Amino acid sequence: MTGVVLALAAVSFLLVTIFSSGYSAFWRTEIALTIEFDPKLMKVEPDATFDQLQQVNYLALFRKNLERAFPEVTARADRRELAQMFSESAPDLLREMVLADPGLVGARQVVSVLASSSVDMITKGNAPRDIDEARRVISDQQLRWLDRFDESGLLGSRFNSDFFTSGPSRSPELAGLGGAIAGSALLLLVTLLLSFPVGVAAAVYLEEYAPQNRLSEIIEVNINNLAAVPSIIFGLLGLAVVLNFFGLPRGTPLVGGIVLSLMTLPTIIIASRAALKAVPPSIRDGALAMGASPMQVMFHHVLPLAMPGMLTGTIIGLAQALGETAPLLMIGMFAFVADIPGSILDQASALPVQIYLWAESSERGYVELTAAAIMVILVFLVAMNLLAVLLRKKFERRW
Amino acid sequence: MNEKKVTNPALEVSDMQAYQDVAGEVAVEDARVSCRDVRVYYGDKQALFGINLDLGSNAVTALIGPSGCGKSTFLRCINRMNDTIPNCRVEGNIRLDNQDINDPNSDVVELRARVGMVFQKPNPFPKSIYDNVAYGPRIHALAESKDHLDSIVETALKKAGLWKEVADRLNSPGTGLSGGQQQRLCIARAISVQPEVILMDEPCSALDPIATARIEELIDELSENFTIAIVTHSMQQAARVSQRTAYFHLGNLIEVGDTEQIFTNPQQQLTEDYITGRFG
Amino acid sequence: MTVYLVTAVLLFSFGGFFSARRKAHALRASGPIHSLPQYHGIRVALWCAVPALLILLAWTAFEPRVIELLVRSYLPPEFANLSEAEANLVMMEIRSLAAGTFGISSDQAYVEDAAEVFRSFQKISDYAMTVSVMSFAIVALLWARTGVLRRYRARQSVERSFNVFIFLSSLIAILTTFAIVLSLLFESFKFFELVPLTDFLFGLDWNPQIAIREDQGASSGAFGAIPVFAGTFLIALVAMLVAGPIGLASAIYFAEYAHPQVRNFAKPALELLAGIPTVVYGFFAALTVAPLVRDLGIAIGLEVQARSALAAGVVMGVMIIPFISSLADDVINAVPESLREGSYAMGATQSETIKQVIIPAALPGIVGAFLLAISRAIGETMIVAMAAGLNANLTANPLENVTTVTVQIVVALIGDQEFDDPKTLSAFALGLALFVITLILNVIALTIVKRYREQYE
Repeated sequence: MTGVVLALAAVSFLLVTIFSSGYSAFWRTEIALTIEFDPKLMKVEPDATFDQLQQVNYLALFRKNLERAFPEVTARADRRELAQMFSESAPDLLREMVLADPGLVGARQVVSVLASSSVDMITKGNAPRDIDEARRVISDQQLRWLDRFDESGLLGSRFNSDFFTSGPSRSPELAGLGGAIAGSALLLLVTLLLSFPVGVAAAVYLEEYAPQNRLSEIIEVNINNLAAVPSIIFGLLGLAVVLNFFGLPRGTPLVGGIVLSLMTLPTIIIASRAALKAVPPSIRDGALAMGASPMQVMFHHVLPLAMPGMLTGTIIGLAQALGETAPLLMIGMFAFVADIPGSILDQASALPVQIYLWAESSERGYVELTAAAIMVILVFLVAMNLLAVLLRKKFERRW
Repeated sequence: MNEKKVTNPALEVSDMQAYQDVAGEVAVEDARVSCRDVRVYYGDKQALFGINLDLGSNAVTALIGPSGCGKSTFLRCINRMNDTIPNCRVEGNIRLDNQDINDPNSDVVELRARVGMVFQKPNPFPKSIYDNVAYGPRIHALAESKDHLDSIVETALKKAGLWKEVADRLNSPGTGLSGGQQQRLCIARAISVQPEVILMDEPCSALDPIATARIEELIDELSENFTIAIVTHSMQQAARVSQRTAYFHLGNLIEVGDTEQIFTNPQQQLTEDYITGRFG
Repeated sequence: MTVYLVTAVLLFSFGGFFSARRKAHALRASGPIHSLPQYHGIRVALWCAVPALLILLAWTAFEPRVIELLVRSYLPPEFANLSEAEANLVMMEIRSLAAGTFGISSDQAYVEDAAEVFRSFQKISDYAMTVSVMSFAIVALLWARTGVLRRYRARQSVERSFNVFIFLSSLIAILTTFAIVLSLLFESFKFFELVPLTDFLFGLDWNPQIAIREDQGASSGAFGAIPVFAGTFLIALVAMLVAGPIGLASAIYFAEYAHPQVRNFAKPALELLAGIPTVVYGFFAALTVAPLVRDLGIAIGLEVQARSALAAGVVMGVMIIPFISSLADDVINAVPESLREGSYAMGATQSETIKQVIIPAALPGIVGAFLLAISRAIGETMIVAMAAGLNANLTANPLENVTTVTVQIVVALIGDQEFDDPKTLSAFALGLALFVITLILNVIALTIVKRYREQYE
């Protein structure tokens, strides 16, 4: 009893820690600024063409607007500190706005600009506020400005939808999981396409066709042992054989999927064999006696009945594959890829690898991102496991 | 009377061995299936010791004997179901309509379409009643059209005496029927492909007496069109449904003859002991 | 290119299926045929697609190598004088040039020429591949279609292909093992050519970065694996000290005491724990547990290093609890009811029965479960990569930081990989050692568990 309580306490502690440090990543602090799209600042005519608008120095536009909003800040260093309270993406935001609506030129509009990661942490309480300036993530002066924003109601917060769509970034407030999610999806797709047919076929052979000889015995022992080989060894295999020997492109979902398939295969084979064993022999006899060939018996009777069990095993195997990190690191799926991968031959990252990379990065803003990414991966895992449980419940049969 | 009966003490112990002295005539005039010197081995262990037996056309032959005597094994030789058991080896000559069924050139699928089988435990497929019966015609491409298939299914169900009970729920699962109905469904399934021979392996052992009576009636009707071999543990059943009876003991055929004669005047001591209930 | 070719072959294959099926249908209209029309269709489709796709696969696998060999023979003699690494660099340049990668140009004229040659070879190869694959598909289709005859056993032929496919699938497990062993051995041999085996096995100093002797060259360091293995076992020991008692206790609770409702709730919860990716545990260890252990240590006056073996081991223990619990639960459930009843009949209490009858009876199985758990702890990567140390440190003190085999593999392979550098190759030597150790543990454990099961069956 104590054992169970201790174990469950450990899980709860883990989950609470992750949740409490991660939930805030789903919101982003914003600061409302009045931006004047002054043609003079943008150095264009009011009726500028699209091309001309693209050439505008939006960084300068943003800086000048800041200066207008804070005329009392004059020192260079102070101005820099002020600009650092906003995300680096502010100029890009202005560019997008103008390009989407050229009519903005000459207008004046209140724009919600993403705050920098440090400001974000202070507002959310993720970084301590009432400590020495030297140890605080923002300076005393920035803190005063922040309080001023707060008092005048300029501080806002917005659901961080970019977190699910954008790729990794060097600035924590801009970094997202989109690339990693796409990478993991492609990985799982490759893994599923490779390991499911092969795993089921191997299970069918071993359970229904294999003669009782040494070869079958060796195969069985092999599968059981493979199931217990450390995942990092599969990474070395992928590196030495798939990358160096076969020369497939490094860091792609194709290679990752091949390695994960080899890892998942024993799980699928073992589960599929159990599912095949559960199909009563009387069904096979009945079909055989009707003159069905062994393959017809398989496809018409046994496989349909064993399919729920096989799918359950496959989903569980894929859930393991989704959380697997070490082999992906070995085959180079840790590259910093800003683009979202579109095919299995693009360099990509994966959810667990992204978690590792963020966890290892020294900037404090990544802590909440890591925890949030973990929440995302746990949601996927729980969903997959639930699906497996439901499948098992729904098709649980007794003959 | 007692002197006439042959006793073989060696067969009293559980060691199986060959025993050649068969009482009765193994051959019949219009044999559909004729088996000569059928020997079956499971690995190193021999289970049947040179069985010679004919199954007459459109007649019911009952195979009786104590458990483990090889009667089911013998039955499974006739549609080569023993092929599916690993390490099982069948030797000897079995001819269906004078064709060797173990000929390496013959297709076991065709054989099984000609020799149907009904099992001890009803084993309908976990599909609809219709699909259960339509399965055989489908895999052997017997139906030319959907209507034709419908009529094949209807005929088979009618012959199996099940049509009236299930006509309005052909799409409900076959596994939802009662035990006796399931077994009749299996019989309908077996006859849907118009086999010549039907093998029945203790078809009533899992059924209650009323369902058993229905099946026995059915067997009687079916024997007009089909050659039937039935393995049974019930001597009354053998007496009721069969014309000929064969008594198996420890892998040997001990005695074969008209059912009436076997039950009233057995030639072998072993047969008499069995039918009078002294063992088995 | 390849994608179009595959699509074309598949389209032909579909066409073959329908055409053969129609031919067989027509045959059937005039009398019985042996195999169902669909089997004739599948057979023709397989004949059309499988050999052609195999050719395509082989072609794409070997094309780069063959072209490279051909191009090399065109290169001027000065190329032959280059070292292997330089030659590879030049080849890479040629490939990028040939692929027309933007912004690549070369100052060497012969490289530009070679790229031109490369491109022309590639063009020829592409044409030849298209022609041979497509002609093979068409010829095979037409030939197979002539086999659609009344007595032809198309079903048997399809079934044979199916049997071959499932047999090959089951061989993949063996091939994987072979590939693991071969690749580890091959790369390890290269490593042991650079670093003597005895240094690796008995050396007390692991420091792959820094040159210690001038004559070893700039990139080599010290490769004594003992501290690495000591660290691995230290962390595994801590993990087992946590997971062993807790896992066993919860297994006994589930098997002997738990109310079914509690079991139904708590068991899936524990299994959920088993499904959490290890990278999550690693983050947890680094973010929460390590500082906690450190603060606790300081509070009672001990000096604890930031990445202590204790923190990594404890978290790894938590990870292993469900593993031990579920294995031991199975084992205890396999103890026959008759033993329990016998003990109760003697008037023993439940706890006496568990202590004196069930645990001794289940002991071999429990030992097997523990061995599997140890093997898992040794092979675990992410927790230690994130929470344990990176530098080898030969110590038995769990409060200091130590490194593990898996961490060193990760460290060696993240970043630049050079397959003539002992640092990169050391990963494979460590991997080989890891594989052998875990394999031995697994084999022993699986044998014990199997024997144990058989004993009660």
